[in-house]
Amino acid sequence: MAFVYILITCAGICLFAYILYRRLVPLFRAAPDQRVDRIGARIGKVLQIWLGQWRQPRYLLAGMIHIFIFAGFVLLGARSLQLILIGFWDGAALPGLGGQTGAAYNLVKDYAATWVFIACVIAAVRRGVFRPARYQAPPALGKDHLGEALLVPGLICALVVSESLFEASLQMAQARAGAAVSAPPLTLLWAGRALMGGLGLPVLQAVNSVSYFVHEVVFFFFLCFLPLGKHFHVLTSLFNVFFMRLHPGKVKPVRYGVDEDRLDDLPEFGVSKLEHFTWKHILDFYTCADCGRCSDRCPANRVKRPLSPRFFTIKARDRVYAKYPLWGKAMEARQALVGGIYGEDEIWSCTTCGACEQECPLGIEYIDKIVDLRRGLVDQGRVPQSLQKPLGALEKRGNPWGKSQRIRADWAKELADEFAVIVTSEKEPVDTLYFVGSVSSYDDRMQRIAQATARVLRHAGVEFGVLGKAESDSGHEVRRFGEESLFLALRDANTEAILNSGAARIVTADPHDYNALKNDYRGIPPVMHLSQLLSRKIVQNEFALERGEYTGKTVVYHDPCYLGRHNGLYDEPRRVIDAIPGLRRVEMVGNCRDRSFCCGGGGLALFYEPEEEQRIGVVRVGMAREAGAEVIVTACPFCLANIEDALKIAGLDQEMEVIDLMELVERHLPQGGQGRRDAKG
Amino acid sequence: MVHQVFIYVAHRDGQAADSALELLSAARILSPDGPVTAIVTGWGEVLDRVCQEMASRCPEVWKLAHQDLAYPNAEAVRKCLVEVLPSEAVLLLAHDTLGMDLGPGLSVKLNSSFVSDVVAMTAPRDGALTLVREEYGGQVSTHVSCDISGGAVLSIRSGAFPALEDGAPGEVQDRSSEIGDLACGRRFLEIVEAEAGDVDITKEEILVSAGRGIEDEDNIEIAEELAKALGGVVSCSRPIVDAKWLEKARQVGTSGKTVKPKIYLALGISGSFQHLGGLKGNPFIVAVNKNSKAPIFQVADVGVVDDLLEFVPLLTERINSQR
Amino acid sequence: MEILVCVKKVPDPAENEIVVSRDGSDIERDDLVYSVNEWDNYAVEEAIQLVEEHGGSVTVVSVGDEESDEIIRRELAMGADAGNLLDDEAFHYSDGRGVAAILAHAARRGSYDLILTGAQAEDAAAQVGGMLAAMLDVPYASLVVRVRVMDGKKLKIAREIDGGNLEINEIDLPCALSIQTGINEPRYVGIRGIRKTASVQVPVLGAAQLGVDPATVGEAGAKVRKLDYFVPEMGEGAEILQGSREEMADQLIARLKGRGVIQ
Repeated sequence: MAFVYILITCAGICLFAYILYRRLVPLFRAAPDQRVDRIGARIGKVLQIWLGQWRQPRYLLAGMIHIFIFAGFVLLGARSLQLILIGFWDGAALPGLGGQTGAAYNLVKDYAATWVFIACVIAAVRRGVFRPARYQAPPALGKDHLGEALLVPGLICALVVSESLFEASLQMAQARAGAAVSAPPLTLLWAGRALMGGLGLPVLQAVNSVSYFVHEVVFFFFLCFLPLGKHFHVLTSLFNVFFMRLHPGKVKPVRYGVDEDRLDDLPEFGVSKLEHFTWKHILDFYTCADCGRCSDRCPANRVKRPLSPRFFTIKARDRVYAKYPLWGKAMEARQALVGGIYGEDEIWSCTTCGACEQECPLGIEYIDKIVDLRRGLVDQGRVPQSLQKPLGALEKRGNPWGKSQRIRADWAKELADEFAVIVTSEKEPVDTLYFVGSVSSYDDRMQRIAQATARVLRHAGVEFGVLGKAESDSGHEVRRFGEESLFLALRDANTEAILNSGAARIVTADPHDYNALKNDYRGIPPVMHLSQLLSRKIVQNEFALERGEYTGKTVVYHDPCYLGRHNGLYDEPRRVIDAIPGLRRVEMVGNCRDRSFCCGGGGLALFYEPEEEQRIGVVRVGMAREAGAEVIVTACPFCLANIEDALKIAGLDQEMEVIDLMELVERHLPQGGQGRRDAKG
Repeated sequence: MVHQVFIYVAHRDGQAADSALELLSAARILSPDGPVTAIVTGWGEVLDRVCQEMASRCPEVWKLAHQDLAYPNAEAVRKCLVEVLPSEAVLLLAHDTLGMDLGPGLSVKLNSSFVSDVVAMTAPRDGALTLVREEYGGQVSTHVSCDISGGAVLSIRSGAFPALEDGAPGEVQDRSSEIGDLACGRRFLEIVEAEAGDVDITKEEILVSAGRGIEDEDNIEIAEELAKALGGVVSCSRPIVDAKWLEKARQVGTSGKTVKPKIYLALGISGSFQHLGGLKGNPFIVAVNKNSKAPIFQVADVGVVDDLLEFVPLLTERINSQR
Repeated sequence: MEILVCVKKVPDPAENEIVVSRDGSDIERDDLVYSVNEWDNYAVEEAIQLVEEHGGSVTVVSVGDEESDEIIRRELAMGADAGNLLDDEAFHYSDGRGVAAILAHAARRGSYDLILTGAQAEDAAAQVGGMLAAMLDVPYASLVVRVRVMDGKKLKIAREIDGGNLEINEIDLPCALSIQTGINEPRYVGIRGIRKTASVQVPVLGAAQLGVDPATVGEAGAKVRKLDYFVPEMGEGAEILQGSREEMADQLIARLKGRGVIQ
């Protein structure tokens, strides 16, 4: 018998090793990546997201089921190993699991096996009978994985049941021999003993052998089955979480290990074929559990743009498997990824809002991949016509509208009667630089944000200047739309202008510019969003607001993606709103803070709209309406533009309005003279 | 010296194009007293009809009949005109898709000057003519001087000159015998009619644009009627496309088409950020909107604060009744 | 198929505010940025696509000042094989006829099967293509929105005529076509692409190399001259019409008549 066990074990291990080897090949063919920095933070992520299952309860039922199964797996892993050893010599115990601890472990594992069993039954019923919409697959995108989703709980049940029967038959045999063995009540083991109560020793012996055999076969089948589909995550998740992206606001360099000044030597940019992805990105594809949370939170997917992050990953995984099959002939991928498995519209559909990455319980990332694919398209000249004009204008004029840089500070003319906005120069250096941004500089509506910001800054006692015609577009969306070379040119121009201004710090009211300056630029003074600056002053009692135009209104705060998710500024803007007396602030519960729903995208996203059923912003204002808000407050000019349009489209512009945080603050500044409250008074 | 002034008459379905009478009035500036000759090329009975029509307004009509001219293939027309036109002739033609095809090459073959898309001109003096053209989509205009001592070919913008109403009648002269061989390297095959969706709003000069204020799919017709009365086409803002009342190709905006019309009528369009981003070239904007606070009024040249469903049909009716 | 494409550097109104200079002699050029004329860019894309499909090469020429080599480089980055800048003091202030004559001399230096121009330029008169064809004695078609190669000796082309209708023609090679926008989707050329061609020397050909008689081109040969620039008269700006519905309609009709919309 032992021979059979040894055969099963050796065959299982060899097969598993071979499969892993085949799966590893693409990782070594992939582009380099840098994922071993900040080890402490990475271990923290593993403890929180992997071991702690931190993100699971965001989808409560599925999350709890998963937590039980996951915990059971972690606990039962040791038992499975022990069972393999038992095949070689009876009564084998793992080091550290003898005696008292062993008894305690046995108790825990018996309950673990039981709850895993129950959880798997619930999971299978949920997937097989209730079929939540989240798991359905639009035919255009792919097929659902119902079969696998039912097979795996079945395998797990087989594992825990066979283990319990093995143990139960063993215990009963031992009891007959007079040993004092007990089964914890209400466990599978306990149930097994109850079921087999009247059986004779030979039958018990047979049950014991058969259940062991079944367990071993199922175990190795399961092990080798894992790397074939969506349950690969059982093996890869630990690594994927360890290597996950730690800098939400940042975008990966064109190629790790290639300096910016040597980029022009690269024969191509970005990703046009599978191997251009980094090894972590391939690992992402392996790790996807097809849970659909990314797509459920994806604004593009919600309005039926041709993008689903879930299928974005699954299509790539299928491609990896086809190109690097376990055996047989590899598929020859003649077509580029975009044009092959992806459509151009799909790649341009992403707003880079980051909701998918925020949600993924496995640390899978999307933005860098989308940006890399866009880089590939840009490099091949495959840029939608509607984006070519603004990109051309950005190249020549430093703003997407092709307006003259000379009139960049013209928004300040409106303030001429109140005070002069300093345009910095080497002769007139300032301590605080207000980086206005393109949209607030040029767009008639958004100029009011710039004007409000200037008034608020002055009221807060901040001496500031602007760069005027020396300011260019921050290039935030330029980079995220894949035009890296143009981004670098814009960044260099701004960096020089900022350093020439002599400023010690930068403030901005535009989250996209804030993110660019903070995460994309280097060697410039620290940057703050206005909400941070005001929040700090409010906490320090240096800034107060009064009742005013919006007193008595119900407001809701819309978290801009690049303030919230990408930079973690959730409380600061809320604190500023709450400093206004007499406002009632509500939340879009379930769709706020790190679950905020994108407005539709800023910057270049305004110039491109893929096919969609409705505007993303329209969905968003619906959420605000449901929250009972009369006023949507945001802190981003693009959110303002999108939501303002969406209110009109949804026909809600009579009953609701949207206002930028700076405008709201401006309207509640204390009347008369200097608003700065004396800290001593 | 006095140049003989000709106009080239474009025609379709046996009727002279509207441009013909405009060319006649432009020709009168060049030759206030002298004769103006209308040249009509074509073939068969339709040609005779057009010649007769022109003879009722123009003192002299040259009929040039040839089988190869049955469709106005610019290459053949040019060959024909080179043979029949006297030296130093001044020829006016419409700046339309035929005129653009014909004019420049013809001027080279006649060895005369060429000015295109003329919107105004003054009487010649000392063998030179001063004309007005537009550049950069009409953002600026230029005065252009043209030496016509060796003759000239001038293409005239449609609508820039009034149609001549009081032209004296004249005679049709058949000059077909002067035409030689017209075989050329380009042969007309057929016309493929545009489907409704093929309208290219980026190339239209007059756009009647419908927005959310149109309220109902059936009301798109109101915009269409007005567009027809004005000789323009219907465009729209994003919500109309969202509602699938018009196709995406009609959408003006940063996410739709960038248009540069001369005249833009915004019906029930509030003037969103994205919509206005698709409007270039400094058009004359007329806004009709119930809401007097609609942002469109900030950028419009003329505003009407009224219910478009009431106002526009009335406007269309009054335009049509004035024809 | 050997293709010559004539391109021009213009200030794109999408990237510039076109303002008349103070003395009216020109537009304000201090703050202008220049691009390839939009129509020409479509022509280059069409040429590249034709060569990708049928073989051959694309040569780009431009009559322009020394800074025009930038746009030639851009077209090289796009995929053109060669580029020449046609620049000579004698060429300055040429009228359309002069420009066409210079281009005709450039065209005669090679043996091109197809010569493409843009249908028009932002600052010009939609004339050069037709003139060039007449000078070279090759057949010509304007406003082309579709090109199909038939058998190597002729093309089937579609011209865009009124109402979006298409006029289908057959045209013998060699020929000249002027290209209308929308014929294709021109590929994007970014800074990186242009930098790749930065080291390419764009040959400059003057009157002597081209064999152009300086008296026939430039200011000397121009029969058509721009005298000045001015802004066409505009309305008074936003004006809200008052009165009854009928009165407003009539006022509006009057305004539209004033703009030549209704006769």
